[in-house]
Amino acid sequence: MPKIATREAYGQALAELGEEIKDIVVLDADLSKSTKTSVFAKKYPERFFNMGIAEQNLMGTAAGFATCGKIPFASTFAVFAAGRAFEQIRNSICYPNLNVKIAATHAGITVGEDGATHQSVEDIALMRSIPHMIVINPADAEEAKQAVRAAAMHKGPVYLRFGRHPVETIFDNNYKFEIGKGVILKEGKDVAIIATGTMVGEALKAAELLSKKGIEAMVVNISTIKPIDKEIIIKAAECGAIVTAEEHNIIGGLGSAVAEVLAEARPTPMKRIGIADEFGQSGKPEELLKLYHLTADDIAKAAEELKKG
Amino acid sequence: MSITQEKIEELTSIARKVRRHIIEMTAEAGSGHPGGSLSCCDILTALYFDVLNVDPKRPTWSERDRFVLSKGHAAPALYAVLAEKGYFAKEELMRLRKTGAMLQGHPDMKGTPGLDMTTGSLGQGLSAANGMALAGKLDKKDYRVYVLLGDGETEEGQVWEAAMASAHYKLDNLTAFVDHNGLQIDGPITQVMSPEKIQDKFKAFGWHVIDIDGHNFREILDAVEEAKNTKGRPTAIVAKTVKGKGVPFMENVVDWHGKAPTKEQAEEALKAL
Ligand SMILES: Cc1ncc(C[n+]2csc(CCOP(=O)(O)OP(=O)(O)O)c2C)c(N)n1
Ligand SMILES: [Mg+2]
Repeated sequence: MPKIATREAYGQALAELGEEIKDIVVLDADLSKSTKTSVFAKKYPERFFNMGIAEQNLMGTAAGFATCGKIPFASTFAVFAAGRAFEQIRNSICYPNLNVKIAATHAGITVGEDGATHQSVEDIALMRSIPHMIVINPADAEEAKQAVRAAAMHKGPVYLRFGRHPVETIFDNNYKFEIGKGVILKEGKDVAIIATGTMVGEALKAAELLSKKGIEAMVVNISTIKPIDKEIIIKAAECGAIVTAEEHNIIGGLGSAVAEVLAEARPTPMKRIGIADEFGQSGKPEELLKLYHLTADDIAKAAEELKKG
Repeated sequence: MSITQEKIEELTSIARKVRRHIIEMTAEAGSGHPGGSLSCCDILTALYFDVLNVDPKRPTWSERDRFVLSKGHAAPALYAVLAEKGYFAKEELMRLRKTGAMLQGHPDMKGTPGLDMTTGSLGQGLSAANGMALAGKLDKKDYRVYVLLGDGETEEGQVWEAAMASAHYKLDNLTAFVDHNGLQIDGPITQVMSPEKIQDKFKAFGWHVIDIDGHNFREILDAVEEAKNTKGRPTAIVAKTVKGKGVPFMENVVDWHGKAPTKEQAEEALKAL
């Protein structure tokens, strides 16, 4: 299967949905070629609004559109969407519970060469802390495509997190994405790997590595970080050990969300694979993934260590 | 279109009631922002009782004109006007800022009929108004969008991001009022961080600009008419106002920005009104 970036899937899905849902309007902040909203813009120029390099106004304008019954998708890079415009998202979108979709691309360190200023490792933490907000971090193009549709159908604010870098295909079109539902991609009883976004492919590879050593790992994909699928996490905890994997700071992201569930419902030994509370740097995505210990090897090693106790 | 003396008397009498509500509400709440509520209440009264095409019985009617109180701390003024207009019972006014009450310290559109936007964090209202005006153009509806900003509020960068966009998209269905009372929390705007000259800035951003006395109904309504007739660009009405207007001991006093009157002060204020 070819590798496809989730932002590509977003651009395609949005342009397709535009046909069906006439209330969709798309706003971008001078990054439409990168966020792939340009596909929609080309097809529906009258429903596309470039807001220029002004992310606060981007979010506020989207909010205004939503009060008039439109379904705005506001796109820019994750660091500018969740970071620069955090308070606009909080006060103008989430507090009034407006029907705005924030579709952020270029999340995580696989942004690559642009370096730390452009590599968002905090956006999940920021977005999931706002009441009313739903946070979705799709694993591959198929899931991304379905998540865009689900977000459009959901009434209320949604944060969609997409990557720049092509990722492995995980799902075929038999898959049915549902907001708030995790999926078990591989059964296993010795350890559970709960992964999100770009790390799901790595998690599956880690399970293969572990299998060769006689450790059967369950692999769970959690794309909706909020509301999180508590049931599937508690089920995964039956393995007795949990490794989480995300292309995000280990503070505040998937690892934290899983730990919150487990600490209250079923304390379970766990390790968090993610960015270890530091900024990224320029480099090739694959090299950065190695450098920041976000590979299948790293996940497998963490699982083994957990099993050793 | 010339406005009748009768209309002016009617608006004057409503504004007087609104001012009395503002004093009574903030005194009862024990907190709130009387100064900036009193400075903009003539503008709000003129909008709701002469300009806006709205129906209090159908607060979410899709064809209605919109109003965004970008300087959300003037909520008492807006609440009083909405109550007078019949959006909700006047009794609600005395529950302002109380636990469990509908009327939040700053406007919460989810819970309060008549509010077109949630505000309170300064600098965000013009962006939302832009979205409403763009949606109106897209849907070929002829509703108009009004927004009121504080003069101190124009120190926020987002205001100018939004101002640029309103002109870029030629939003002639949008009118922004600036409540030019010259004061913010820490003192006169020219001393804290001068946004002057506000008129020139809006002009430079491509807006049509009108200067008025924000306590003169004739000037307010004439300016609105001029804005309606201005095509191809948004209009900013910079309204010279007096913070605390109508209550002599509050007028032009910085301290009355965010402080409620005591019972005795409220009585004194009501006598003056
Ligand atoms: C983003 C933001 N920063 C600070 C505040 C606190 N604040 C409330 S009112 C105010 C002063 C506003 O001055 P101005 O816009 O001139 O309002 P007015 O004089 O009409 O009351 C400030 C700083 C706020 N509400 N929002
Ligand atoms: Mg002021």
